[in-house]
Amino acid sequence: MIPVPYYLTISAVLFTVGMAGVLVRRNALVIFMAIELMLNSVNLTFVAFARQLAAIEGQVAVFFVIVIAAVEVVVGLAIIIAIFRARSTVDIDDVDLLRG
Amino acid sequence: MVLLFIILFPLAGWLINGFAGGRLPPRAPGLVGSASVGLSLTAALVAVQQPEVWREGLTASLFTWISAGEFSARASLVLDPLSAVMTLVVTGVGFLIHIYSIGYMAEDPGKSRYFAYLNLFIASMLVLVLAGNLLVMFVGWELVGLCSYLLIGFWFDRERAADAGRKAFIVNRIGDAGFLLGILLLAVTVKSLDFKAIADASSSMAVPVATAITLLLFVGATGKSAQLPLHVWLPDAMEGPTPVSALIHAATMVTAGVYMIGRLHPLFTQAELTLGVVAAVGAATAFFAATVALVEHDLKRVLAYSTISQLGYMFLAMGVAAAPAGMFHLTTHAVFKALLFLAAGSVMHAMHGVIDMRRLGGLARPMRWTALGFVIGAAALAGFPFTAGFFSKDLILERAFAHARGWGSYLLWAAGVATAFITAVYITRAAILTFAPPPSHHDHPPFDSAQGGPSGSRGPHEAPPEMGWPMAALAALSLGGGFLGASAVGAPLLHSLERFFNSAPEPEAGAVPVLALTLVSVSAALAGMLAGLWLYRGRRDASLSALGQFLSHKWYIEDLYNAAIVGPLRRGAQFLASTVELGIIDGAVIGVAGAVRQAGASFRRFQTGYVRNYAAVLLAGTVLLLGYWLTR
Amino acid sequence: MELVVFGLASAGALAGGIGVIASRPPVRSALSLLLVLGSLAIMYLLLAAQFIAALQVIIYAGAIVVLFLFVIMLLHMRSGEGRVEKLRWQGPVSYVLAGLFLAALLYAIWTGAGPHMAEPAPGFGTAESVGRSLFTKFLLPFEVASIVLLVGIIAAVVVGRPLAPP
Repeated sequence: MIPVPYYLTISAVLFTVGMAGVLVRRNALVIFMAIELMLNSVNLTFVAFARQLAAIEGQVAVFFVIVIAAVEVVVGLAIIIAIFRARSTVDIDDVDLLRG
Repeated sequence: MVLLFIILFPLAGWLINGFAGGRLPPRAPGLVGSASVGLSLTAALVAVQQPEVWREGLTASLFTWISAGEFSARASLVLDPLSAVMTLVVTGVGFLIHIYSIGYMAEDPGKSRYFAYLNLFIASMLVLVLAGNLLVMFVGWELVGLCSYLLIGFWFDRERAADAGRKAFIVNRIGDAGFLLGILLLAVTVKSLDFKAIADASSSMAVPVATAITLLLFVGATGKSAQLPLHVWLPDAMEGPTPVSALIHAATMVTAGVYMIGRLHPLFTQAELTLGVVAAVGAATAFFAATVALVEHDLKRVLAYSTISQLGYMFLAMGVAAAPAGMFHLTTHAVFKALLFLAAGSVMHAMHGVIDMRRLGGLARPMRWTALGFVIGAAALAGFPFTAGFFSKDLILERAFAHARGWGSYLLWAAGVATAFITAVYITRAAILTFAPPPSHHDHPPFDSAQGGPSGSRGPHEAPPEMGWPMAALAALSLGGGFLGASAVGAPLLHSLERFFNSAPEPEAGAVPVLALTLVSVSAALAGMLAGLWLYRGRRDASLSALGQFLSHKWYIEDLYNAAIVGPLRRGAQFLASTVELGIIDGAVIGVAGAVRQAGASFRRFQTGYVRNYAAVLLAGTVLLLGYWLTR
Repeated sequence: MELVVFGLASAGALAGGIGVIASRPPVRSALSLLLVLGSLAIMYLLLAAQFIAALQVIIYAGAIVVLFLFVIMLLHMRSGEGRVEKLRWQGPVSYVLAGLFLAALLYAIWTGAGPHMAEPAPGFGTAESVGRSLFTKFLLPFEVASIVLLVGIIAAVVVGRPLAPP
């Protein structure tokens, strides 16, 4: 039986890696993948705690996260395609119209 | 109910003329205005037929207006001998002047506005007169002030008229502030502003309190009735149309102060000191204004100063406990001064607005009836025997003499007699300069301007009949009205007033040599007229000596006001406008705006537009929060 | 045995995670993401979540990663990033912040470790148990999630539509 903190450690590392990816990468697609990474690390936490507490609600939450992640990816990729059509780039530093 | 109708008719006229006057046919505003006042006069005549008017008075209580704690005020009207006399003066003279205005204002494009204001004035004045308590009277008091302002500035596109309106309003504000303070003090003391309640409470009121109240109220009276030192607005008020000067600034509104003192007579009787002040101010004003009238060149301003002077007589009467005489003089003065103003207006009408007496002259020939009316009014003003002014002025001087105790109060009488003499001089001068034929060697025939005027070759002409008839009626009253107070015919008006004021001639009046006093005042008047005839024979205006300079500067009172009050105020306002407004207030506003702009300029650098920056800041915040929670 | 499986899965997950953010070509990132998802599916099995593990493989690996690959090919890009890094401080600051964040998380995990494992009921984590919960207690969120899916589909169609010719 692997103790839960092990899983949580893996989850924390994955989350941090995903976060670093969001912060340092400029390709919108890669940033999206990094976000997926973070969502998955959270899912791992949910499942680990569901096991520890023997509560099925944790797995139900993961189910919803997966559903919303799917929606998010679909909409997000549509947006990226729209941006690419308009500006021929997916570098998000080129998309800075909100600069003050 | 009939009391309410007296007020409602002119109010209806105001509404019709004010809201629909512009769409009515051109002659309609004058007819509506005159008819409404005529109906009001009829209602007043019907009302005074009721016998209780002349006994305890007819009251109409409309509704409770204010009720707070132990204080309450009802909107009530009262018609007793005092207000009956005033009501008849207001509606009667007002009616005649409305008719006169039809002719006078026939060419004016603002006719409907004019008649609307005039109707509103009559309604307001009736509120003032018929008021059953001081609060309702104050409403009327302020409303007539408003109407006065509107009508002085009626030709508001003329700067002088607009300025004169403002001046009248501001000077009246000073008086009204005192008046309001007096009312408040009275409300606190008596817990009621009903005239009956005030009368009942005044006999038991402490003398210092009564003195304070009455002095404050008298400040209001000096403002409204143009007494020293608040007289300065009335001569300037002559910028308004002449019928307005006749109605508001001679016959009715300016007498409101006298009327108010008459109304609160029991209270004033309680304050010996105030009565002395009233008498002294009245006598001083009478003398002062008469001397200034000697040297004025503007015919209407002569009449204005004359009005101030005559109002001084009325206050003198009030101050020497001769209220019936004062009210009687008020009545006769309303008639003959209105006549004088209407005659002056007729001259102005004929001369296309010229009113400077140096450019007038010889008008007796083309304007025979106007000249006759003016002379009758002048005789009444001067106190020529058996005209209206003779009886009333004589009565005041007689009572002043009878009331005198000590040399100071004889001085009041002496000032009155001197004023009577000067009055005769200046009104004779005005009549001569205006109507007497110019000397043959006169280089500039005064008709030049008129004949070359824009209206073609028409020279001075007699006024149209709607202007002539009111003057005729007033002339008849000026000649015969005095007998209402003549003891030889029973003095019906005077006696009912005396009954009301509960002041039959004082018992020792018999000791006063009435005949001798009458002789003195009559000879003063006649001597004045003769002196005037001699001084201004051949239309020669007296050259301005040092004294004349002094008088033509109106005793330098206005210069003093300008230097002592207006100038510092102006400089203070200038300082506030340039330094405080621009420097401090604008500086603060602009400074705040600048600070916001600066802050925005610095903060906008945070808004890089790079999503990754935002995310980094978000992470930094998260780390901080985490650190806080973990180390807590 | 279990520990070995866990070790392999964690190694795969961490390597994949680094690969996602460190690879230059986006295709390699997508394939690294696939590695992470597979490793996590194995961990789900270890944690008695068979149904979630199946979902993970079918939806994430089967659908989402494929969608990513489609878009990458559609856009024909090599790295998708410009030559110049405009935000010079972004990288170092990010790494420092991320390090601090990780330290905080690990500190919280290892100091606040919970009680020992509870023993799950038989059948825990099967499709049946999750489905029973979804269709009873979480029926309303479940239906709302279907609406969100519908809205997402419509939004994708609208946003991804070619621009109307002027």
